[in-house]
Amino acid sequence: MARRRRQRPGPFDYSRKLSLQMVFVLATIFLYAPIIVLIIFSFNDSRRGGNVIWRGFTTDYYVKAANNASLIEAFTNSLTIAVISTIFSVILGAITAVVLWRWRFPLKPGFEGLVALPIVIPEICLGVAVAVFFSYFGLYVPPGTPWPFNLTNIIIAHITFSFPFAAMVIRTRLQSFNREMEEAAKDLGATEFQVFRDVILPHLKPGLIAGGLLAFTLSLDDFVITFFTSGPDTVTFPVKVYSMVRFSVTPEINAASTVLILITLVLTAIAMRYQSFGDDRQ
Amino acid sequence: MEDFRRNLRVFLAFFTPSFGWLALFFLAPLVIIFLYSVGETVSLTEVKTTWTFANYARLTEPEIVTLFIRSLWLAGISTVICLLVGYPVALVIATAPPKWKPWLLLIVILPFWTNLLIRTYALLNILGTRGRVNDLFEWIWVQADGALRFVGLGEYQLLGEEYEPIVFLGRWSGVIIGLVYVHLPFTVLPIYAALERLERSYLEASLDLGAGQWRTFRSILLPMTMVGVITAAIITFIPMLGSYLTPALLGRGQVDMIANVIERQFKGANDWPFGAAMSLFLLYVTFIILALQAIAAMRRSRLRGREHG
Repeated sequence: MARRRRQRPGPFDYSRKLSLQMVFVLATIFLYAPIIVLIIFSFNDSRRGGNVIWRGFTTDYYVKAANNASLIEAFTNSLTIAVISTIFSVILGAITAVVLWRWRFPLKPGFEGLVALPIVIPEICLGVAVAVFFSYFGLYVPPGTPWPFNLTNIIIAHITFSFPFAAMVIRTRLQSFNREMEEAAKDLGATEFQVFRDVILPHLKPGLIAGGLLAFTLSLDDFVITFFTSGPDTVTFPVKVYSMVRFSVTPEINAASTVLILITLVLTAIAMRYQSFGDDRQ
Repeated sequence: MEDFRRNLRVFLAFFTPSFGWLALFFLAPLVIIFLYSVGETVSLTEVKTTWTFANYARLTEPEIVTLFIRSLWLAGISTVICLLVGYPVALVIATAPPKWKPWLLLIVILPFWTNLLIRTYALLNILGTRGRVNDLFEWIWVQADGALRFVGLGEYQLLGEEYEPIVFLGRWSGVIIGLVYVHLPFTVLPIYAALERLERSYLEASLDLGAGQWRTFRSILLPMTMVGVITAAIITFIPMLGSYLTPALLGRGQVDMIANVIERQFKGANDWPFGAAMSLFLLYVTFIILALQAIAAMRRSRLRGREHG
């Protein structure tokens, strides 16, 4: 029986085709090989040209990266920006999702388009526009502003491009909300605010977490928009790595990158946990 | 859904922060670069809006036209490669046994969660003339050469005297590899979604009626998932067209795309009005692509309505 099936694939048995499996495997190798090589060579014991010849195992470059003050500062900046912009993005995203889900109002398709716009327009356009906007109104944070307020420009830019993403994710979650629950709560005397806090918000939780993680990753990932809005004293991790790569390639970058990849992996694992957690409760 | 007038206070409490943020930090910046794009530089830091059309006229300079054509070409060819690789990948995931599906999907999505700069840097490392990719090719070359020697063709040196490393960096090939590498996950997901929605009985019918696998793919599977393919093409092509990092690092400043030249107007050349005009032009191109897609979608749904009606 099994042999007969292998001879002639059924209607939707494409995953059994060897040629298609080969494409999948090659695509996977293509996607992962560069990252794996990068991680391996972060342990390479070589002073110059650390990414060319393998010279033995060392963790020196992790120690070096950890002692590189400007790299650590850039790393801290990136995480701070990501945390603050995520908080704002989730709040604004939830509010926007509720607006789109709950009310009928004039020009609603226009507003919907406006919310989607930061998602679709090329990053470079948004980066240029926000940078020009800040300089036009002289809104640049003066040098010497205490941390983390010196990051305000970058944080504003990050919220602008990440909250629409959060809004989309949260809106999808809202669609599965049963409005009779809301009516029941109101019949029992709950105020608008109580309904939002005690009925809608708990239902939204998985959406808020998923939206938040997306906003966090987008913020941590962003190079182009930060590149335009950052000043000389406000360097983020991607901007720092970019300037390091342009001047010289050192295994320190590999080590720092490996740490960031690890953080991403942990976050993705958390995201998956919460997503399946949300499904269980449905 | 309720009418906004019924609870105007609550509506405004929600609507104001959301719209306000977008108006202040998104629409206002766009208006300002529009004003810059019709302005002139009067001093080092000052731009005056003079309602001139000169900055847009400069977009027709041969150098800029070449730049736009090169960008469209690079993004176009990379999108085609993404679709050619992405479709089979999506097909394998969509037809895999249910317990494998989430894991296969994760394999494709995980790189998307990894930092773009790190991924580009990782690619930069292995694509050099002394990088791992050339190591691999050299190994293959040595094996092939050995095999030729073994069958007695050694003295003809059919493969050249020694292995010549392939140059990727600073060439179109390097930029195309980078664009495909970065955007492949974007391509797979919409195609996968379309395949999941597909009514599988059509395929069964086609096979039962005697069509082969290839014919079934060409005349049933592909047309029925075309919407997903088009969506995939668009969400791959638009970010590719505006790519900055990939051409900057893998093109080594020798294969510029639009974004690299825009960046130079703001950071190096200090020609903000021209940079503004260029970025608005890129924006218009994006809008045209999206509008065409919307029109096509509308026409499709009308056709479908007529079929049913």
